[in-house]
Amino acid sequence: MISPAIEMRGITKSFPGVKALKSVSFSAYPGEVHALAGENGAGKSTLMKILSGVYRLDGGAVVVGGEERHFSHPLEAIRAGIAVIYQEFSLLPERTVAQNIFLGREPTRLGLIDHKAMNAEARRVLALFGSAHRIEPDTVVADLDVASQQLVEIAKAVSLDAKVIVMDEPTAALNEAECEVLFGLVDTLKKRGVAIVYITHRMREITRLADRVTVLKDGETAASFDHVPEPDTIVRAMVGRDIGDFYAAPATPQEIGEVVLSVRHAGNERLKDISFELRAGEIVGFAGLQGAGRVALAQAIFGFAPFTEGEVELAGKPARFTNPRDAIRAGIGLLPGDRKAEGLVLMQSVSDNGLLTARALSGLAGKADATPFASAEEMDKLLHELDVRAGSFSQEIKALSGGNQQKAIVARWLALAPRLLIFIEPTRGIDVNAKAGIYHLMRDLARKGTAIMMVSSDLPEVLGAADRILVMRAGELVAAFPRGVSEADVMLAATGEEAVAA
Amino acid sequence: MNTATLTKRPAWRMERYAPALLLAAALAIYIAIALSLGHTRFLTPEAAVSILNRSIALGITAVGQTFAILVGSIDLSVAHLISASAVVSSAIMNGDPAMMVPAVLAVLLMGAVVGTLNGLLITKLEVNPLIATLGMALIIQGCLASFHGRFGGSVPDAFQYFAYGEVLGLPVSLIVLALLVLAAWAVLRFTRFGSNIYSVGGNRDTARAAGIKTARVVMASHIICSLCASLAGLYLASRLKSGSPWIGTEGAYDLESIAVVVIGGTILSGGKGGIWGTVAGVIIFSLIDSIFNLAGVDAFAKQVMRGIIIVAAVAFYAVRSKRIVA
Repeated sequence: MISPAIEMRGITKSFPGVKALKSVSFSAYPGEVHALAGENGAGKSTLMKILSGVYRLDGGAVVVGGEERHFSHPLEAIRAGIAVIYQEFSLLPERTVAQNIFLGREPTRLGLIDHKAMNAEARRVLALFGSAHRIEPDTVVADLDVASQQLVEIAKAVSLDAKVIVMDEPTAALNEAECEVLFGLVDTLKKRGVAIVYITHRMREITRLADRVTVLKDGETAASFDHVPEPDTIVRAMVGRDIGDFYAAPATPQEIGEVVLSVRHAGNERLKDISFELRAGEIVGFAGLQGAGRVALAQAIFGFAPFTEGEVELAGKPARFTNPRDAIRAGIGLLPGDRKAEGLVLMQSVSDNGLLTARALSGLAGKADATPFASAEEMDKLLHELDVRAGSFSQEIKALSGGNQQKAIVARWLALAPRLLIFIEPTRGIDVNAKAGIYHLMRDLARKGTAIMMVSSDLPEVLGAADRILVMRAGELVAAFPRGVSEADVMLAATGEEAVAA
Repeated sequence: MNTATLTKRPAWRMERYAPALLLAAALAIYIAIALSLGHTRFLTPEAAVSILNRSIALGITAVGQTFAILVGSIDLSVAHLISASAVVSSAIMNGDPAMMVPAVLAVLLMGAVVGTLNGLLITKLEVNPLIATLGMALIIQGCLASFHGRFGGSVPDAFQYFAYGEVLGLPVSLIVLALLVLAAWAVLRFTRFGSNIYSVGGNRDTARAAGIKTARVVMASHIICSLCASLAGLYLASRLKSGSPWIGTEGAYDLESIAVVVIGGTILSGGKGGIWGTVAGVIIFSLIDSIFNLAGVDAFAKQVMRGIIIVAAVAFYAVRSKRIVA
């Protein structure tokens, strides 16, 4: 029996007021993928931060290569062969791929950096990824797409000769095709004898990749499997209940009403000849690869990056908006995909964030706490109704979980009673339980007559939550599917690998 | 929205060559005006040297400022440090050639101390660099003001060789500046330290996680910056024969050094840019001076023009570097 690459025994960790981990044990053998599942806040990140030396443990032991280690700095863990790839990349966008891979440990000759050796070694490591995804070592990282950036991140770990690579939700920002590249890479690393700890919410990835599965819940090991069980079993262990009603029921034909938005032959520099309609009461999912133009379409409708041609009507009136303010006035709301960067004013309170748009649209001399759309009290009521959980609505919103932040943004738009709400990546970075909450919330909004446009890279989510699915590719709408279509059909349409009847 | 690029940006990125283009434009305008006014004597190599020679102090200061800005910091104390260096050097030398070496060493030591203090304030006490170096500037200014009455002196003639001497027909000071630029380029391009400056400026947390001792890199950059300012002070003392406590602020070396670095394409948040851009920025500023002198336009217009160029350059970079979002 080979010995584990890492073994964590009875790890206990407390933060002021919280017991984050209670006697959790976890191990990873060379050449295996050990999936670590659990909701946000279950303790996955804390466990991995102890492994990588970011946190110190209160009790238990970390054994690396048969030796008990106490890391006090991330660097010591890196030197011991443990590399962690976080969701938020730690790449320097303005430096080259090679410079990033060798960050802080550039090869030198006579005290000077040996650029030639650096590029050669980078090329050697990158070659492991196969020729289909050729990345030149002297490309500036900012010029790479997200998937390639992730590959660079992984190349960094490989070149460090990591024995253990922890991947924290590596597919969060990847589209389906890019995911496949990543999965192939995980297989390659596995064959090379690397132990991989794979943190994810997505059952599909566990089924596809994992050899063993450990589920954490509330800082304890909820379940540990030496095989890969049925997804239902894992999910039940994660949330502690069945999630048969994960997605809300679809719209009934009676619930679907008038056309709210109609787009005819519209386009701009990134969109070509787009025509579709959205009706009151329905949720329409927009699927496609990253860069297929889904977000560009949302931004065009919202007036952020306007259409330059074609016709758009909102509730029968011309609606080719050239700025978001007009679009919002006419009844369009947009929930951006990157909540922290685009959706929230992090240092303001929950209610301030809720009132953001209402205040923006009222007069400059108007009262901040009594806008024509919602008063501060009404906003607090709305936040309550949406079940936004916060210690107080006057606390800074940055402390809230992703799900609660998203609900606060929904509240912001509800105050304006929009006709059309555009959700971009509505559940990115949100844990399983809260995801269900968002799906049900979207459905409730639809039932009240709002048309909902959902742009998502999470295909199961699109299939589960939408009433209709439109597929985009290279700036065009290429296919439309009713509810119940298979994942494979959508993928084929999105990648254009096969002719698809729209 | 934040994540993907729709298309790869072209490999040839214009903003990278913008300082060179701007420089070419300034040069073209200068030549055009000289020709149209019939002043062909302004187009000789001697004229070129004299144009460059006008900006030695700014050039030396800007080399240091490039390090501070690249590492993600900034230094507002350079102007006052220049004054202090000029005053202290002339006070110590006091006309005595034997005191030249001690004076130079004392001034450079002072620069190193100021740089270290700036670095400590920024890294250990985590004071915002703008505030830390502004505070340092006020402290230096206060010290100068209170001691000024007691400082007199002038530099010996031998020391004026720095500003007025010539080797092979080239001013010594220009050679010093050129060597300084070459050294800075080599450090930034070829050494681990230079690479660390870009990394720390690009993302301090990333650099720290990769095992770079970020505080040391910031400190060292500030020490380099202050040493350059001290050297600029020595140069000015040499040129003007004695130091005055207003010499640095009158030349607005703090803001101008930042301006030329930024015109040179180094971004204020750090991590991107380089020394050649700064050189281009310095020459552009001297050319503007020369153009206005040639054309006989008054100094106010010149200042307005400088302002426009700074803002236009930064706006240009900002527009060019916007990511295409999908």
